[in-house]
Amino acid sequence: MAKPIKQDPKDKVGTTGHSWDGIEELNNPLPRWWVWIFYLTIVWALGYAIAFPAWPLIHGATPGVLGASTRADVAAEIKHFDDMNAPIKAKLVAADLNAIEGDDALKSYAMEAGHAVFMNNCAQCHGSGAQGGKGYPNLLDNDWLYGGTLDAIHTTVTHGVRNTTDPDARNVGVFMPAWSDKATGPMADMAPTKLTDAQVGQVVNYVLKLSGQQADEAQATEGQKLFADNCAACHGDDGKGNRDMGAPNLTDAVWLYGGDAATLTQTIAEGRGGVMPAWGYQAQGVAPRLTEDQIRSVAVYVHSLGGGE
Amino acid sequence: MSILDKHGIIERNATLLLVLSFLVVTIGGLVEIVPLFYLQNTIEDVQGVRPYTPLELAGRQIYIREGCYVCHSQMIRPMRDEVERYGHYSLAAESKYDHPFQWGSKRTGPDLARVGGKYSDAWHVDHLSNPQAVVPESIMPKYPYLATTPITADYIGEQMWANQVVGVPYTADEMANAKADFEAQADPTKDSSGLLARYGKVDVANFDGKPELTEMDALIAYLQVLGTMVDFSTFTPVASR
Repeated sequence: MAKPIKQDPKDKVGTTGHSWDGIEELNNPLPRWWVWIFYLTIVWALGYAIAFPAWPLIHGATPGVLGASTRADVAAEIKHFDDMNAPIKAKLVAADLNAIEGDDALKSYAMEAGHAVFMNNCAQCHGSGAQGGKGYPNLLDNDWLYGGTLDAIHTTVTHGVRNTTDPDARNVGVFMPAWSDKATGPMADMAPTKLTDAQVGQVVNYVLKLSGQQADEAQATEGQKLFADNCAACHGDDGKGNRDMGAPNLTDAVWLYGGDAATLTQTIAEGRGGVMPAWGYQAQGVAPRLTEDQIRSVAVYVHSLGGGE
Repeated sequence: MSILDKHGIIERNATLLLVLSFLVVTIGGLVEIVPLFYLQNTIEDVQGVRPYTPLELAGRQIYIREGCYVCHSQMIRPMRDEVERYGHYSLAAESKYDHPFQWGSKRTGPDLARVGGKYSDAWHVDHLSNPQAVVPESIMPKYPYLATTPITADYIGEQMWANQVVGVPYTADEMANAKADFEAQADPTKDSSGLLARYGKVDVANFDGKPELTEMDALIAYLQVLGTMVDFSTFTPVASR
């Protein structure tokens, strides 16, 4: 049992005068600490409104005596880091491209920066480990469509491949045509001759044979003639490809879309034409996505992944 | 303190309490909302921002329909890490023709405010059809049906009209040619000179690589224009804004 209350607190604090069915409301004051914190927040708000942008007027809000500006803050922060990196970036841009890897300071900066650029911009297609995927070249091996020298990588990154933005992009207007006589559209218009399904099958068998896979000998022999007439112009008489046209080497085991009969049939019948954006293109009305130092960094990074020439 | 002691009058009169509450809320609302409509720094005019083309507008509807905004924001905040990763922070003017805007509030996937031009059209087709095919670690759902669902310009006029009502300045010329522009943007073999004359910088391409006009075409057209309208090499934001 609770002890009976000895003294009625009403005697000390009084009541508010409210009474409901004989129940009276005591007039207890708010705790003093609470009241003072409340007053403090009011004072703080007034100070804040003076120090920071606050009151809307006719032409703009009061700027505040501290001159706070989110835009100025972020610009200053970016400038702070840009200034710190400026000397090495300038050195990177001024250096001979092929000399970067010989300079320890430049190389270590380029590798770190290049890795960040790669993960943000390149990994979505080429994979976070640069292993590539169907239609997106693997950058780890030494099989290159347009060359694996630093210069070649730098050019490819700067201008991209077959994009509509940069007139200097690699292979503008050059595609693997759609050779099938059933194909329609611009890819089919590019094919100088049309192949029937049977002829496509013959070429597929020849390509299978070229790449050392199991193939139908009789069909491959027929396919060889068709290959010489139609395919050799880009892929070379020996099928080893041509880097000037980005024509892949067909004699190895490295495939961009796949080297099995079904995928080869699709490639020949329907054509191919992968696109890579131009990362360094400065068009009117478009700022380049990557600056020259970023392009050089990522070129060095990709060059160092294992396949660099 | 005498006037403060009279609060009992308000508290005992429900109608008076309601009227005075309404008055207080109204004044608060006026002070907070009205300046946004006339203050120069909230309606900064930026060169290059244009209304969406009919095809982009249709793509935007698909973006909203599929709930892309649930996982993707379109708002690069003015912080160094975001600017380094996504590009220049977003300007209010860049979404002034967005009704409703797609700023979003949560990023399960990356911000898309400047995704335009970052990837090839073919990549978008691959990625939307099966995101894990190009980004194995992705948790994005698959949207393969976009590539097989045809889209027509039947209602694009109404959509543009609805946007016009809420303030997008589509001209009579643009309204009249909505259907032709819609089809011209996704077919490079068609004459797109009218489209380019009306809208200026427009990406004309067969976005999905297939002859039919599908929802994939529209959505990629929209994604490829995001964040590309303003030329930041010539634009210097006023720091005080």
